Amino acid sequence: MMESSRWMQARRNIIRGKYLYLMLALPVVYFALFKYGPMYGVVIAFKDFKVYDGIMGSDWVGLKYFKRFLSDPNFWTLVKNTIVLGLYMLIFGFPAPILFALLVNEIRQKWYKKTVQSISYLPHFISMVVVVSMVVTFTKEDGLINQITGLFGAEPISFLLHAEWFRTVFVASEIWQTIGWSSIIYLAALSGVNPEETEAAVIDGANRLQQMRYVVLPAITPTIVIMFIMNIGSILDVSFEKVLLLQNPSIYETADVISTYVFRKGLEGFQYSFATAVGLFNSIVNLMFLVAANQLARKFGNSSLW
Amino acid sequence: MGIRRSWSEKTFEIINIMVLLGITIAIFYPFYYMLIVSISDNVSVMTNQVKWLPINPSFKAYAAVFKDPLILNGFVNSFVYMVVGTTLNIIMTSLCAYPLSRNDLYGKNLFMKLIVFTMFFSGGLIPLFLLVSNLGLINSIAAVVLPGAISVFNMIIMRSFFQSIPFALTEAAHIDGANDLYVFARIILPLSKPIVATLILFYAVSQWNAFMGPLMFLTEKANYPIQLFVRNIVIEGQTSDIGMAIGATGASAAAEKSIKYAIILAAAAPVIALYPFIIRYFEKGVMVGSVKG
Repeated sequence: MMESSRWMQARRNIIRGKYLYLMLALPVVYFALFKYGPMYGVVIAFKDFKVYDGIMGSDWVGLKYFKRFLSDPNFWTLVKNTIVLGLYMLIFGFPAPILFALLVNEIRQKWYKKTVQSISYLPHFISMVVVVSMVVTFTKEDGLINQITGLFGAEPISFLLHAEWFRTVFVASEIWQTIGWSSIIYLAALSGVNPEETEAAVIDGANRLQQMRYVVLPAITPTIVIMFIMNIGSILDVSFEKVLLLQNPSIYETADVISTYVFRKGLEGFQYSFATAVGLFNSIVNLMFLVAANQLARKFGNSSLW
Repeated sequence: MGIRRSWSEKTFEIINIMVLLGITIAIFYPFYYMLIVSISDNVSVMTNQVKWLPINPSFKAYAAVFKDPLILNGFVNSFVYMVVGTTLNIIMTSLCAYPLSRNDLYGKNLFMKLIVFTMFFSGGLIPLFLLVSNLGLINSIAAVVLPGAISVFNMIIMRSFFQSIPFALTEAAHIDGANDLYVFARIILPLSKPIVATLILFYAVSQWNAFMGPLMFLTEKANYPIQLFVRNIVIEGQTSDIGMAIGATGASAAAEKSIKYAIILAAAAPVIALYPFIIRYFEKGVMVGSVKG
């Protein structure tokens, strides 16, 4: 009796919302086809996919391709490169926008603050292809970077032809690209700092650096903690497009990461099942990191992505 | 004491201003440098004399770039993909966001969960490629614009905006028996101009900048957007694509440099042109506080 009246209620609600469901129809088809469709397509990681046989018709092979990846001579290099690049971003890329926000926050001249901010956001909107094109031309032997380092007497280097330079180039250009945009969240937190607290510090004789250190920084620490945890969650999720565009065969030793390997094996080498298995491995590890980081954030920061 | 404090205060202010000036120049100078090199004459580019001001400025490099029929076609393609793609984005995003903004929608939470899940997990590149190719979309505009028709992040921003519209504004229409489509089109949308404008800008920029989709799904040069030409010419060094352009300026390494910078800047130009509008909407605070769904 209870059950049936609940169904009646649900039916009434659905009928009353029929136009809303009508609106949702196209988006639902979109998500089913282009988001959940490929998730179904992931089964080819466990099959010997042949284009002619299709996904359904290809034979199951179990974990064959996962085993092949684990015993792949490139496996450890790929995992190491992915982790090291992620760690470098965490160590150097993460603090940069915080420092930038702290400095911007100290500017008293409104017009100057606005100009600095507006210019700093610009690279975020420029396409990855254009940014990498700039990096590639600037780091050539006769490029802008070598012209500048030449002023200090350094020998010109073709940075992107030397494996040991790749990570530096990647991280430096990433900071250039994101320092402004990533600082927004910290600036928003900084605008919430109570001016009475800084005034109290001034009366106690604190100079500007001491004010920053003891009043302003603690006020945005919760934001920093949350952002740090989230960054750990996406540590292995390196910017695929950027690495793909920046790398070249002579520096694969440091510049090849799991996602670019998937791209090369799958779309250039046509090893669909193998590449899908590697990609699935990558996204499952990423998801595990994200879930773990989110647990941490929930525990320590009372904040969650979902 | 008072004097000393204002002294250290002043030193701090000056150092801070200088440091930020340095950072700002480091961010902006690369764009400026490309501009002055692209319009300077070949000899001074070759001898690295171009640093602060263009030398013997001319727009030869740009003329050469736009004389190349393939590249010109790339710009036209990019423009078409941007207009069609953004239109589709806005229609699909608002169709998705409005029903999900309504608390009385039965099953709303289930829909939201299934949609948000796609932000964190995807089937990956290869299954998407196989899907698009099975649908027979390779080399069509559909392959470029359909797979990214809705950005979940943007959808959530729009949904938050819709949720912030007071119920009192639509209540009367509902009581008068107006259906949800009417309420959406006649009341909600006109009230949502700021968010629609903001999302048009954000979507248009990402459509113009799109690279992975076209790289995976387009095989014919005639269909390439400008981003793919920039990548082939500047990053991969396939000068065959601009062979004609370089030939026209007297094939020298310096001419090649100017032409490369001209292409890079031309490919970034539409975004730079939209940038002041982006900043303006941004400053209005449309996005602030609406990020969390």
